Amino acid sequence: MKELKVQPIKDGTVIDHIPPGNALRVIHILGMEREIPDYVISIAMNVTGKRGKKDIVKIENRELDTKEVDKIALIAPNATINIIRNYEVVEKHRVKVPDEIVGIVKCSNPNCISNGREPVESRFIVKSREPLRIKCYYCEREPEDISSQII
Amino acid sequence: MNFKGRDVISIKDFSREEILHILEIAEKMLPIAEGKEKSDLLHGYIMASLFFEPSTRTRLSFEAAMKRLGGNVIGFARPGTTSLQKGETMADTIRTAECYCDVIVMRHPQEGSARLAADFAKVPIINGGDGAGHHPTQCLLDLFTIKREKGKIEGNSVALIGDLKYGRTVHSLAYALALFGVDMKFVSPPELQMPKEVVEECREMGVDIKIENSLDNIEDIDVLYVTRIQKERFPDPEEYSRVAGSYRIDKKLLENAKKDVTVMHPLPRVDEISPEIDSMSNAAYFRQTFNGIPVRMALLALVLGVVE
Repeated sequence: MKELKVQPIKDGTVIDHIPPGNALRVIHILGMEREIPDYVISIAMNVTGKRGKKDIVKIENRELDTKEVDKIALIAPNATINIIRNYEVVEKHRVKVPDEIVGIVKCSNPNCISNGREPVESRFIVKSREPLRIKCYYCEREPEDISSQII
Repeated sequence: MNFKGRDVISIKDFSREEILHILEIAEKMLPIAEGKEKSDLLHGYIMASLFFEPSTRTRLSFEAAMKRLGGNVIGFARPGTTSLQKGETMADTIRTAECYCDVIVMRHPQEGSARLAADFAKVPIINGGDGAGHHPTQCLLDLFTIKREKGKIEGNSVALIGDLKYGRTVHSLAYALALFGVDMKFVSPPELQMPKEVVEECREMGVDIKIENSLDNIEDIDVLYVTRIQKERFPDPEEYSRVAGSYRIDKKLLENAKKDVTVMHPLPRVDEISPEIDSMSNAAYFRQTFNGIPVRMALLALVLGVVE
């Protein structure tokens, strides 16, 4: 009998196909470690799937909004979002890089005004999705390694 | 074309037609800029001049432009005299200053500061330089100078010379000249070359770009735009002297150039243009400095909606 390492959830959201080792960063980007959630989050890391190793995040009793989840596309461009109701997948879609990325990536230019103590969040305009290129709204610098700049 | 209330952050915020319109208004401002005609066009208006970083030409010419048009100026020339010293953010300084004025001109050492200020202020923000970022009014006065010296912008061949890596004026100018279909030569030491993305952008706009390391081939150039090579870019002072010396414009070099070649420089200069050039008709750099006044007059009048 097939053994399930992580139990299926009755209701909620499953984020699948996260690159291995990135589940905690996904949780971080979604801001879920900042608040103490009243819902259960299970994380499976380095799971063997059909297309190789991957991480999975399951959030019980909470249906994440597409826009809310799209921001994880920066580190998990192939992730899928599954909305689960009564153990059934009722919605499934791939994440899409949003047009603007706010408060997730730090500008790589140390002299950018967004890195100072001004009351603003970092803000990037997406120039292209494939390959992913983003430009700081303030100083217009393009970070070369986006993942290393995630706050 | 509506300029009223608009911010002037980057030259890229303007189309070719809009740039030409600003230059047309600047042309009309010339007699007032020269002091030959008096004007009260901006009487009753107040410009805040917020210089978080030192400046000679930009600050003085903006203030002169406002006063020549009958307006008033408030502000500071160094942040040490303001609440920034007490730890106030720039955003709060901007929100305070805008209560007292109709337009803000600012210079700040950090990139993106003008864009941030524009998001907080309801009055128009004119960027007088944000770190290594943009300096759109310098770019406009450079275009105005080329137009006045040569009769038109398009059709000229321009060489940008010196520190093309860190110089904010040359990045904006290269873009603006490409917008007018001007072919360019980028002449710099290998370590101070024009950034790849600027070169690519210009080429994508359909202009011919040549990258060179010496001033050997300037015989077909109409405008030599010279910039300062800064000492601090070179850890070895001898290396600096060697490099800086090989990009110096003097009479001998101009013998190989077109007779009517125009020599421009955003100033301040150190040794990159020999003083023996100053008296030659080719030397346009002090006329270029003057051109900052009519161009800045035009911008102030346009963003305040006093002219259309």
